[in-house]
Parts: sequence; C-alpha cells; structure tokens
Amino acid sequence: MPEMLLVAGGTVVDPANGVEAARDLLLVDGLVHALGEPGSLTRDARGAEVVDAAGCWVTPGLVDMHVHLREPGYEYRETIASGAEAAVAGGFTSVACMANTKPVNDNAAVTEYILDRARAAARAHVFPIGAVSVGLEGKQLAEIGEMRRAGIVAVSDDGHAVNDSGLMRRALEYARLFDMAVIAHEEDCGLAHRGVMNEGPTSIRLGLRGMPAAAEEAMIARDIALVELTGGRLHIAHVSTAGSVELVRQAKRRGLAVTAEAAPHHLFLTEEAVEGYDTNAKMNPPLRRERDVEALREGLRDGTVDAIASDHAPHHADEKDVEFDQANFGVIGLETTLPLALRLVHDHGFARDRMVRALTVAPARILGIPRGTLSQGVVADVTVIDPDAVWTYQVAESRSKSRNSPFDGWEMKGRARCTIVAGRVSWSLAERNERH
Amino acid sequence: MASAERIVMDAQAVERALKRIAHEIVERNRGAGNLVLLGIRSRGEFLVQRLKALIGVIDGAEPPTGVIDITLYRDDLTRSRQRPAVKGTHVPFAVDDRDLILVDDVLFTGRTIRAALDAVIDLGRPQSVQLVVLVDRGHRELPIRADYVGKNLPTSRGESVHVRLRECDGADEVVIAPAEEG
Amino acid sequence: MEFRGQHLLGLEGLSAGELNFLIDTAASFKEISDRDIKKVPTLRGKTVVSLFYEASTRTRTSFEIAAKRMSADFISIASSTSSASKGETLLDTARNIAAMRPDAIILRHSCSGAPHFLARRVDCSIINAGDGSHEHPTQALLDLLTVRERKGRIDGLNVAIVGDVLHSRVARSNLLALRALGANVRLIGPPTLVPHDFGRWGEVCHDLRHGVRDADVIMMLRIQRERMTGNFFPTLDEYSAYFCLTRSVLEEARKDVIILHPGPMNRGVEIASDVADGGAAVILDQVTNGVAVRMAVLYLLVNAPREELEVPAATVETAPAVARPRRKAAHA
Repeated sequence: MPEMLLVAGGTVVDPANGVEAARDLLLVDGLVHALGEPGSLTRDARGAEVVDAAGCWVTPGLVDMHVHLREPGYEYRETIASGAEAAVAGGFTSVACMANTKPVNDNAAVTEYILDRARAAARAHVFPIGAVSVGLEGKQLAEIGEMRRAGIVAVSDDGHAVNDSGLMRRALEYARLFDMAVIAHEEDCGLAHRGVMNEGPTSIRLGLRGMPAAAEEAMIARDIALVELTGGRLHIAHVSTAGSVELVRQAKRRGLAVTAEAAPHHLFLTEEAVEGYDTNAKMNPPLRRERDVEALREGLRDGTVDAIASDHAPHHADEKDVEFDQANFGVIGLETTLPLALRLVHDHGFARDRMVRALTVAPARILGIPRGTLSQGVVADVTVIDPDAVWTYQVAESRSKSRNSPFDGWEMKGRARCTIVAGRVSWSLAERNERH
Repeated sequence: MASAERIVMDAQAVERALKRIAHEIVERNRGAGNLVLLGIRSRGEFLVQRLKALIGVIDGAEPPTGVIDITLYRDDLTRSRQRPAVKGTHVPFAVDDRDLILVDDVLFTGRTIRAALDAVIDLGRPQSVQLVVLVDRGHRELPIRADYVGKNLPTSRGESVHVRLRECDGADEVVIAPAEEG
Repeated sequence: MEFRGQHLLGLEGLSAGELNFLIDTAASFKEISDRDIKKVPTLRGKTVVSLFYEASTRTRTSFEIAAKRMSADFISIASSTSSASKGETLLDTARNIAAMRPDAIILRHSCSGAPHFLARRVDCSIINAGDGSHEHPTQALLDLLTVRERKGRIDGLNVAIVGDVLHSRVARSNLLALRALGANVRLIGPPTLVPHDFGRWGEVCHDLRHGVRDADVIMMLRIQRERMTGNFFPTLDEYSAYFCLTRSVLEEARKDVIILHPGPMNRGVEIASDVADGGAAVILDQVTNGVAVRMAVLYLLVNAPREELEVPAATVETAPAVARPRRKAAHA
C-alpha cells in the first residue's frame, strides 16, 4: 500500500517550474507524484492523508543554506536535533550547517557524525558544509575530497574569513574538482579588528569599536578577482552593505560565478538597534545603515542577491547577557526568516515568486542539492505557508535551545502552517497549538 | 491676595517690628561689636540685610552677615521623595567666639532651627547663638524658642502662614490662610 | 529645572536646563570643602560602593572624599583584588553587592555600556565613573563647572578639545554637554584619532596651531599609552612634535585662555611642562571641583525617588501592603 499525502486547496508556487497557480499536490512514497487542478487528484489519492492548504501557498520545502547547529561541541547552545526541530517549525525542510563546531568539521569523520545525528533527529534534512582549512585556522587546506565523499555540499571557514589570499585562491581552484562552491565570510580582519558594531556615527556615539563597511567590501573585491583568476565558484555569505551588493552586481554582469545571500536581520534592522547596548543586535557582519538595508532589498529584487539565509547562530544566555564588548556575535533565525521574508512581500512590494525563489531553488542550486522544486519524482519536501496569519513571535516558545533573537515580540503576518519532509508531515501549526 | 487670606501684619507693622528687634539685639548684647547675623534661606536672607542696616543706624557699625542653606541638614530628606535644590551656604568669616544671631521668617515646629544649629556647629564655635523670627506661630515639636519675636501669632495646625517681603514678593506683609478643605 | 534620574549613566540627552542644574548644585557644595569641619550629615547612614574594574587613583579618591564629606559610608572594590580575578562576571559581582543593599554603586569599567547593563539589572542607583570610550559624566561636569567659574558662562565660548578624541570618554561627555550649552566646539588631533564622523558634534581640525586660534578654553586629553596598539601614530615623539600644547602654540589662543586636563598628564607629550604649570592651566581647580561635583551627584542620586512606587490595594483582612518598586521597561 503506497504511502500517500495530498496537499489540497492551496496555491502552488514553484518558481523552478514556473508554476504559480491553484493546484493540488499529491505525494507518494516520499516523492512528488503529481500536480493537478483543484479536486482532480481525489481519485488517485484514495486513502491518502490530506493536508488542508486552503488559503495557503504551497511551495517546495524551504532551504536555509546558512545555519549553525553547534553539534558537536556546543550542545548547550543547540544540537542537531533541536536545530532541525526549529527548522521545520520555521517551515524549512533542508538546512546547510557550517563547520565551526568542536571539533571543526574538517574531516570525513565529523561530517559522518553530523549526518548520523541528523538522521536520528528525523526532522529537516541536514547538509553539512565542510571547512576550507584545517581547524578553520586559515593555513592548510582541509580534506575537501574526503569530506565530499562523506557528504558535504560546499566548503566554508564561516565564522572566520580566509585571510591568506594564496590559500583562498587554492581553495577556489581545488573545490572545482568536486564542483562545489566556496562560501566566504567576507571580513578583512585588519580593518574589522576587535570591532563590535558598524563603524560610523553610532559607534562613535556609543563608544564602541567599529567594523567599517570597507572590511567586507575589500574582501569581496579580492575574492571576485580570485574567481576571475581561478574560474572557481564563489558564494558570499551574509552580504550586508550597499557597496558589497554593487560589487556582486558588477561581477555577475561580467559573467563570473559569484552568488550571494542576505540574512533577514540585515534586511530589516539597522545599527540603531544597538542603542542601549542590546546584545541581540550584535552580529557579524554587523547591522548597517538604512541605505544598506535598501540596497540589499534592491539586490534581492533584481537577483543580485540570490538567496535569503538565516545565519542562525544560537548562543547561551551566559554568552549574550553580558557587557556588549564581551557578548558573542550572532542571533537565531530559523523561526523568523520566513515571516520576515513574507514581510518583504506584504509591505515592500516584493513579488511572491521572487521571495519563494530566494528560499527554495536559488539556495538549492548554489549548494547543488536536489531540493527546492516540486518537479515530478523529487523528494517530497513541501512547505504550506499561511500568508495572512497574524501572530506575535515569542522567543520563549522557540524550538531552539537558545533565545538570542532581536525579533522577540514582533508582530508577524504569515507563517508556515505545515512542513512536510520526504512525504511526511514533520511539523504542523495545528499540532503545536494543541500542545499549548 | 487670595480671598480667604487674612493680613496679620501689614508693611508698617513689619517695619516697626524689625526696628524694635534691632534695638533689642543691640541692648541685650551691649552693642553690635561682637555680632554676626546669619539668615536662613530664603527669606531670612533678606531680613538679615534689613536688620544689618537698622543695627548700623542704631550702633554706628553694621555687623557681618552671611546666609545658610539648611537643606543638607534636614531630618526629613530620606522620607520626602524630593531632592530640594541646594543653594549653598555663604559665611565668609569666622564664627568662633562671636554672638551669632540666626534670622528666619517663621518659627513653627522648630525643626528648621535645629538643622540650622547643626549647620552653625559645623561652621565653628560661637560664643552664643540667638534666634530672631518675624513670626512665631506655635506648635513646637522640639524644645526650641526664639529670643526675639516680631509677632506672636496663635494658629491652628492646618492653617498656613506666609511671610512676603518686598525684595522677592513685591510687598511686605504676613498673612494667614485657612486649613485646606477635605 | 531639576535633574530627575535614578542613575547618572552619561550626559547624553540632558538638556541645558538639567546640565545647569547639576553645575549649580555642584557649585553650592564647594564651600563645604573650605570649612574646618568638612562634613554635612546629609547622607548619614547611606552606603556607597565603588566598583572599579580599571585602575584609578584620582577618580576613586575623589568619590571617596565626596561620599565621606556627605557622611556616607564608602566601600571601595578594585577588580584586581575582587572576585573578578576569579572569573566572576560583572553581573554576578554587581548582584552580590546589590544584595547587600548599597544606596549607590559607582562603576568604572573598560566596556562601553557596562553601567547601562547594570542599571537594567540591579536595583540601586548606578553612577558611571567612566565606561570604555563612552562617557565620564562627572569629569565633564567638573570641567564645565571650572569653565563657568573662570569664564562666567559657557554659551558662546570657543572650546578646543585636543588629542585622542576617538578613544576618550572625557571628550565625548564634554562635547555632548558643551553643545547642549551652546559652546562652539573644535576637535583637534591627527585624522586617525579625530575621524571625520565626529563632524556632527564639532568642527574637526588636524592642525593644532590653527585649531586653537581664538580659543577661550583648551581641553587637553591624555594620550593613552594603554590604548596605543593599532598604529594610530608612529611614536610619542612624532605625536608630540605636531600636537603638544607648548607656550608657542598657546600664543594663537585668546590671551585669557584657560587650559584643562583630566589627568594624569604626560608632561612633554600632550602638554609642555611650563604650560602645565603656568597660569592658564586650571588643573588643580578641576580636582577641587571634582569633589564638589561628586558630592552633588551623590546628593541627587542617593536620595533620588525610586521609580513610581506601585502600592497594591490593602484588603480588610490583610495589613496594608508594602509599596514595591515597579521595574521600568528594559531601556537605559
């Protein structure tokens, strides 16, 4: 007896296949089986579990290509299980996790461990990203090939920049062998040295050391030149400045293999959020100015910025509830990314298709994973989104182990109603509400 | 003047009282040679200037004057939720061995004078401390008494007594206002 | 006009009226230090704790003398001897102290925002004695008092602040207050230490001689050797060649210019010895005024009304409820 799930009554938005229409979706044995006019699949779906998607958008399962799951080594902040749980609660069926664990994911054994824990959690799919350099020290190439065999989908020293230009060049060249992108955390450490927020009048007023926009832009310029030199593939993590967006735009115009992502906090918050020394406004790259926010939105709109990624960075209260200088960088985001992306559609004139693309097929393609579409025969990852649900985000109710969010108490419009992973409902709002 | 107020001393009465007090001071102290006058802020300040001039006319020489702010010596600061403005004490001479005349406008519970005595002790060791008040309205809470009184004024606790001086209020008068309703 | 705060975290946002009130109150406390018996009983029975995470003799001593002249009990905790060296967090240290119910905590810390952090989490008044590069409100207040005593006013004066403005909390507190009070501020130093972003608070100038032209007041800042990693200038000698306040440079300023310095001075680096000891320097006045300012601040904060007290209604069966302070929303 085949396992069947019918998602009925919604509007399917599948940018990869150019679909944006009222359709029912039938999933069979964990794969996408058929799309049909509303009501047309009922006969095929006899005996199927039905998910009611009335009033909702039905999209490919969302992909967050930049999260920190903290396991192994920092399980007090987050585990793969709790992170995967937070992911599906936020509508994500796939996440790609960074290598700055303890030990660092710079070898096949750690990669396998991560995949093992993800399988055990049985929530969102987890795609590990391996380190570029051993120990993230930026000196020696990690065993990229072995890690690729074990299952990584990209390499990155995220958390750190690759300061040695020679090493970055080699990484871009070598990764070509495995058809993987190098994901770059762009930060010139000499310029950003000991900074804790954006450099500018606000940092001066608050007496905090600043990280100038130039620290990000100088590194991006370097890496774009290296792409030109090596023919490698570069993906720029968490772009945050207007200058950075412009550099990426020009690189794309020249036909270079450069892609970029932006995090929701850079799309909605400015350096003013640091007022009062709120450590939930401390992240790297830091919150910038109004005009950087606008440039990022524009970049998303015109495709310069390909994807939205949360950079979900859990930290324990003991690491955040301290003096601003001492607090760790980063905020969680798995459960706020979708509602904030929807805000772009509701309040800032973004096309629905564009927003969905930035959370599905765009990140999937960059990572080279078979996700982000509703093509026939692909793994049945589906997100059912209620675009109009009005709710308030309470960080205390988060599935993550950590509580460091700048969006606590924000009124949101739209959220995932149901998250389906490999043909099974992994999370639903109804079930969550029952438990409360 | 508010309609419920009653004038108990007009400008002439105030003038006469001060003249009499000036004579009494000179008489009791056998001359003004060892006197210093300290006014308690804020109206005591002006009364002290007038007394100084009057004593100068009677005795030929004007005694030194200063002004003290008793805010820092009040006994009710922790209870009250105010932080009253401190205008400062200005006593630019030594008080040791002098006959120190404290001057205030109204003597009521006596707590202001107690605070003033603490302030005076911190300034030095006068030979004697004497007290001038324009009005004594009774209801003492501490064993304090005035040496020179402009007018004794029986009042009930709830009533208020206001001394107005031309230097700061435009006219000289002392009024009683009735107790607040309710 | 009054000062209505529970804390003194900085001078930012204070109006001219509030600043003048603070300066006036400080002025009225000066004479206490001239008496034979330098004490008033106002803060008798109150406890003031100073928690200094950065070494300081003069500020701490100044606060101690101020507290004692107000008859308060003063406890001094220096981080080297405290639990901080055993790894205790600022928050835990402050909570432990607060549990002993002091009436005020005076905090000096190397992190900007540390007093704000405490003010949100601890129940007593917090006085900022210097936080990182952010503010040093009592220093600026004593500077302003000194200026006003010597010049009769602050409004309309030309004030030059010279030196490491970027890292200086004294500079920040001063320039905020000077602007609010209507002075014309000029910030002088090399571009590495006076970046152009300061332009919104004063005129940025990189030439000392030119910058002190027509100055009524010159505020010298210490070159902080501790902060000097980072290539802000090559050597002290070179800094001094271009930015040392010498007698010759002083000639460009007004004849009756006064010179302030928060101390301790680096003689020969930012200020020439003969200038430091000359008639224009009012450095010792600053120290005297420092005690008066700190007495005034203690007076205003230690007796400060707590946030609006919320008194739960008493019922017939229970005794009248004790008023509990209602916590303010988390905003410093």
